[in-house]
Amino acid sequence: MSVELPDTTGVAEQSPEEIADLLGDLVIGREEHLNAPGFVIKPDTVVETLKRLRDDAGFDHLSCVTAQEYEDRFESIYHLTKFDDRTQEVSIVVPADKENPVSQSANEVFRTADWHEREAYDLVGINYDEHPDHRRILLPETWQGHPLGKDYDQDQPQVVPLREHQNPLLEDQQADNQSETMYLNIGPHHPATHGVLHIKAVLDGEQVVDLEPDIGYLHRCEEQMCQSSTYRYQIMPYPDRWDYISAGLLNEWAYARVAEDMADIEVPEYAQIIRTMGAELCRMAAHFLALGTFALDIYGDFTALFMYSIRDREKVQNILEDLTGQRLMFNYFRLGGVVWDLPEPREDFFENVRDFLDELPTALEEYHDMMTSNEILQMRTVGTGVLPPEVAKSYGATGPVARGSGVDYDLRRDDPYGYYENLDWDVVTEDGCDNYSRLLVRMREVEQSAKIVEQCIDLLEDWPEDERNIQANVPRTIKPDDDTEIYRAVEGAKGELGIYMRADGTEKPARFKIRSPCFSNLQTLPEMSNGEYVPDAIASLGSLDIVLGEVDR
Amino acid sequence: MDNESAGFGAKDRETEHMSSDNQQPFVTDSSNVATDTREARLAGQDDRFNSRLREAFGSSPFILTKFDKFMNWVRGSSMFMLQFGIACCSIEMMHTYAVKHDLDRFGAGVPRASPRQADVIIIPGTIVSKFAPRMKRVYDQMPEPKFVIGMGSCTISGGPFQEGYNVVKGAEEVIPVDIHVPGCPPRPEALIYGVAKLQERISNGESAPVVVKPYELEQFGDLERDEIVDQLSKEIDTEDLVMRYNWADSP
Repeated sequence: MSVELPDTTGVAEQSPEEIADLLGDLVIGREEHLNAPGFVIKPDTVVETLKRLRDDAGFDHLSCVTAQEYEDRFESIYHLTKFDDRTQEVSIVVPADKENPVSQSANEVFRTADWHEREAYDLVGINYDEHPDHRRILLPETWQGHPLGKDYDQDQPQVVPLREHQNPLLEDQQADNQSETMYLNIGPHHPATHGVLHIKAVLDGEQVVDLEPDIGYLHRCEEQMCQSSTYRYQIMPYPDRWDYISAGLLNEWAYARVAEDMADIEVPEYAQIIRTMGAELCRMAAHFLALGTFALDIYGDFTALFMYSIRDREKVQNILEDLTGQRLMFNYFRLGGVVWDLPEPREDFFENVRDFLDELPTALEEYHDMMTSNEILQMRTVGTGVLPPEVAKSYGATGPVARGSGVDYDLRRDDPYGYYENLDWDVVTEDGCDNYSRLLVRMREVEQSAKIVEQCIDLLEDWPEDERNIQANVPRTIKPDDDTEIYRAVEGAKGELGIYMRADGTEKPARFKIRSPCFSNLQTLPEMSNGEYVPDAIASLGSLDIVLGEVDR
Repeated sequence: MDNESAGFGAKDRETEHMSSDNQQPFVTDSSNVATDTREARLAGQDDRFNSRLREAFGSSPFILTKFDKFMNWVRGSSMFMLQFGIACCSIEMMHTYAVKHDLDRFGAGVPRASPRQADVIIIPGTIVSKFAPRMKRVYDQMPEPKFVIGMGSCTISGGPFQEGYNVVKGAEEVIPVDIHVPGCPPRPEALIYGVAKLQERISNGESAPVVVKPYELEQFGDLERDEIVDQLSKEIDTEDLVMRYNWADSP
């Protein structure tokens, strides 16, 4: 009874020494992060280093780029790993000059570096050489200063303009009078953008010529908030508010995992099972909303399917409310376990969950009847928004978006945590690479989640009463050693949700960086939409299932 | 009985027809009115039209009221909400509109996609510096009279993100708010209570007092010259609309 492990025979495993040999003279120093060996390189050799690691050692996934400022230097960290073997990780540390922080851009090797480095420039203030589009991404373009830098004055006034956006192709158009393009703003307040996303689209007739997502309309300083909160209790409520589509427990697990690994806390098995069950219930709720809003995008159906999905979400939310006491912002995990045991009477709780699981196949059949087997939906989604697996990997796409492109990558299996490795379930992939595949992946993942929840319920029901240990013994204040660095990720509802933390010997993290799956997934939108019709671009956006709270953080 | 009344009806039409032929269109013979139907109604056998209201008014279907009072009642009873989602609270707002809670029961459940068709805006989430000017623009596009419901702690004070460098400390810094619904996020029941309270206030003719907000959209050229304006003068045209945030003065 365990999940089938991926075939990793073709993936060579390198020891830190082998990587050091491979990089040779490029390495000017070594660091030890809790999750991976760190290699310090010069700021002008980023492309060469990453290329060598990607092509010769198989590190094909740039998971995250962290930027931070020390007393004496700036630093960018490239967290690399492999799609075929997530447990192999390496951190490339690139220090930059304090006075004039310039570092080479990794955009040439990994397309995903584009946005990550823009964010690093925006918030921390490192300049990336050879970056194709070097400007702010989250804050308004007229912002003064870099808020996560050391000398930022939060009280200084700021001026934010509200002006018309320019058609970026206007000049080309004037050069030759043959073509005529139209500039279209979609958002930031628009029903199809799933929140406050702004899309700058240039159209030629009904076709999209150029499309650029403009984000930052919900940038509410989550990293700053976490950096000014204590490890033990104060940070935990914030993850609930990153991916707020009921995926709270999944996000909380991201923080719980990174903090527990950093402070070396062992979680009791019973608590791990409760966590696994809660997290999968959250995943189902999140996927239900993805289905409902996707239907809303495709045929403007505010009646049947949207209501169906809300109906099923209400059921899940009722169960989660029984478990955690909250409908949406659970704050249920604690470092070392969960806050309280299952609600009494336990039999009623188990019965409620079983009832929900029993009704689920019928409900899913309804969805299939109305969505996947609906000819109109198929015409709109099959073959549109195509995202080839290689492109998806280069952009660091994860979660259902990557799995819809046939990338067999799921952290629950590939980098096991919680109780997943002891349960029987499958990673869902589809090879279509289109909007339809991503929809199918989500629907089939709901089934897998139900399977996991069912097994957890069975385990919890039979658990001996005197062994129900919900929390490990954790000290009241947690102060990890100075300069401890760690990057850990979990499989959130939308994909790989990672957190980088650096401790400075106090009870608050010195740097807290969130790797959001939606941020990377959204980057693929222009790739999927350019050359397609406008409605297909909208469908592609719906199939990405983004949450702006997590994109902008 | 039914057959008979139908017969009377036919006879009535016949009489009318005849009278129009006689070039006397406005003269009716009151003895020929369908008395049976009326009697059936008043006797309570046929209560199709006899609501409690009708009973209270007697047989005369007229009420006397002030026109503005009537308009306020109409406004409160039929509110068109703007479909406007910002952050976490918009998920609970969607649940409020959808099955189970069904805001439409209270005459307030048809979200409009365009601000020009809406008269209530629910602000469901954190407002940050980049979004505040856009929200102000959306609010300005709504026709008068318009009402604002602030949903969640973020629209009251910035909520859990109040200390953020980028977060506007409450919706009232930008637009007037009629009703605040506290919570993080408020439950759908709380939002429904807030909407019901707003309806009550509207039908009583109350609304938020109009005051000058700390953050307004203004032309860049009209800003007072200071260090930051000088720095930005190359990047922003004098005619561009801007919003200036004085973070130090925020509560």
